[in-house]
Amino acid sequence: MPADSAIIRIRDVEKRYVLGGEADVLALRGVNLDVEAGSYLAIMGPSGSGKSTMLNILGCLDRPTAGRYFLGGEDVSRMPDDQLSEARGLKIGFIFQSYNLIAQLTVLENIQVPLLYQGKDVRTHLESCLELAKLVGLGDRLHHRPSQLSGGQQQRVAVARSLVNNPLMILADEPTGNLDSKTGQEVLDLIDRLNEAGKTIVLVTHDDRVASRADRVIHMKDGLIDREVVNRPMRARPAVSSS
Amino acid sequence: MLTFQFVSTVRLGIKSLMLHKLRSALTMLGIIFGVCSVIAMLAIGEGASYEAQEAIKNLGSNNILLRSLKPPDQARQQAGGSPRGMQLAYGLTYEDGARIQSTIPGVNRVLPMRIIRENVRFDRNEIPCQVIGTLPSYMAVTGAGIVRGRFLAHLDEQHAENVCVITTGLARRLFPHLDPMQHAVKIDTFYYRIIGILQERSQPEQRTQAGAMEGQPLDNNVYIPLSVSRTRFGETLIRRSAGSFEAEEVQLHQITVQMQNLASVETADPQIRTLLGRFHDQNDYEIIVPLQLLRQAEQTKRIFNIVLGSIAAISLLVGGIGIMNIMLATVTERTREIGIRRALGAKRRDITTQFLVETVVLSVGGGLVGVLVGVLTPLVVSQLTTMKTIVTVWSVLLAFGISGAVGIVFGLYPASAAAKLDPIEALRHE
Repeated sequence: MPADSAIIRIRDVEKRYVLGGEADVLALRGVNLDVEAGSYLAIMGPSGSGKSTMLNILGCLDRPTAGRYFLGGEDVSRMPDDQLSEARGLKIGFIFQSYNLIAQLTVLENIQVPLLYQGKDVRTHLESCLELAKLVGLGDRLHHRPSQLSGGQQQRVAVARSLVNNPLMILADEPTGNLDSKTGQEVLDLIDRLNEAGKTIVLVTHDDRVASRADRVIHMKDGLIDREVVNRPMRARPAVSSS
Repeated sequence: MLTFQFVSTVRLGIKSLMLHKLRSALTMLGIIFGVCSVIAMLAIGEGASYEAQEAIKNLGSNNILLRSLKPPDQARQQAGGSPRGMQLAYGLTYEDGARIQSTIPGVNRVLPMRIIRENVRFDRNEIPCQVIGTLPSYMAVTGAGIVRGRFLAHLDEQHAENVCVITTGLARRLFPHLDPMQHAVKIDTFYYRIIGILQERSQPEQRTQAGAMEGQPLDNNVYIPLSVSRTRFGETLIRRSAGSFEAEEVQLHQITVQMQNLASVETADPQIRTLLGRFHDQNDYEIIVPLQLLRQAEQTKRIFNIVLGSIAAISLLVGGIGIMNIMLATVTERTREIGIRRALGAKRRDITTQFLVETVVLSVGGGLVGVLVGVLTPLVVSQLTTMKTIVTVWSVLLAFGISGAVGIVFGLYPASAAAKLDPIEALRHE
């Protein structure tokens, strides 16, 4: 086993989709990937490259057909559904392109949702939730509904929500795809700050400028990692697990 | 901790339902009607059977009633050559009473009665009544109550005094402005002094001789000593009608046999049948056992309840299907939300719970409103009609329990459908 500084360790991961006929689709054909704790990784690639499949597997939303995936030292590639759900809730913070807030809940309640599913008492964590809301600049909008917020604000709520269980990594899927460039920049700045504070970030994007913020960019093609670009060495920082 | 989670799940459920107020209200309506109909129908059924049972109980469940019946036409023709010629003799006799008293074990009292229709007059008022000749033990056997004065006494009987006791209803009609006590009423050609006013607990006599069918009030009774009835009216009654006349000879119109306890009622019933059968060659009497009627009434009530209950249960079922239908639509509509929750760490179980709680909130909420409406409906019904209704606690609990069960049963399928959704597919859902 390699050193434990790698949060994500993917070995020969394949994903095959059975479409009913003989024409199975092999979306991933033996991918290997290590992501160090505290790093900022961007995944790029045209549609059909296996990028989305990769994202689903990284996010524990799906299991590989073959190969291994260690998340924080734990093999999640063969986990039953319930454990996988727990891994998602505990180790991964999701940020989606379309924010994916729950419409009938307020900002504060949306931030609290992941707590609920870990059986944590919302009241004892109220303080940290308020802090997170303040961190993303929505301390004064706690009781607004998502429909009363702008796109950028909604995405910032999603960022706060992704942090509430103090996950191992943030998985962001085109976080600026629905935002104009100015608010997109703001959200990306926020993510940068999280990375500076020690959070591991994995970001999937089309946009070169977005990807340029990452330490490291991998390009996918036909279910494999085609090439890898290292923008800069991993940022030096005092502690790996922060806040 | 667990309770907190539960409370917040319920609150979330209510919140989600409040997003579509009209839809939720309409969905609940099915359950409301279901629960309401269960309670209302059972209340009406209960009330109806209560009335029937009370009426029977008033006959006295320890009593066995024997009534004289005019034999059917056929039998009368066969008995045409009777020694009394034109006169038709039938019915119970004094001897029947004496035989029952002396041979049937467990008999407490035997109360003979003669019931004659006559007009009772006071001043210018004339009211058709039942003139009932009976013994002082009438009070003990029927459980009637004296409002004023006293009932007939043994001395009245022995001396064949011309005294009478009248019912409260008759007193009101015959003496609208006067105190009836110590006045004398005229029956046929004789005067009878009123010595008491009786509150009828029931009208055990009125079912005889088509009483109610002649369109007179049911509580017009005059009680006179049996001996007086025998001497003043005789045993032969002549009735003239449309050119022909009929003479009947009847000794007793009714014998009430009071038994010592319920058990002896059961054994005495066949014994009395046998005994009377031996001395009556025609079918000129009937035996009414209130206890058996009571049992029959209870049986009927049970069937009634089952029928009403099933009808109501079907309406609850329909309500449940309505809920299921809406919940399935809701699950489809909220697929995206399910995907988000799954991504944020919700297990299948959490999703199942969420939707199940929502369904149960709908059905239990409907159940609560239904209970309210269901308790009020019988009240309104008994206000508008003369029907008696009784809302029993168990019917409320039953209806409410069923509404909860309906929520769970019809919520399980949509909830498990929601939980089975693939998170990736669900997240992609627009």
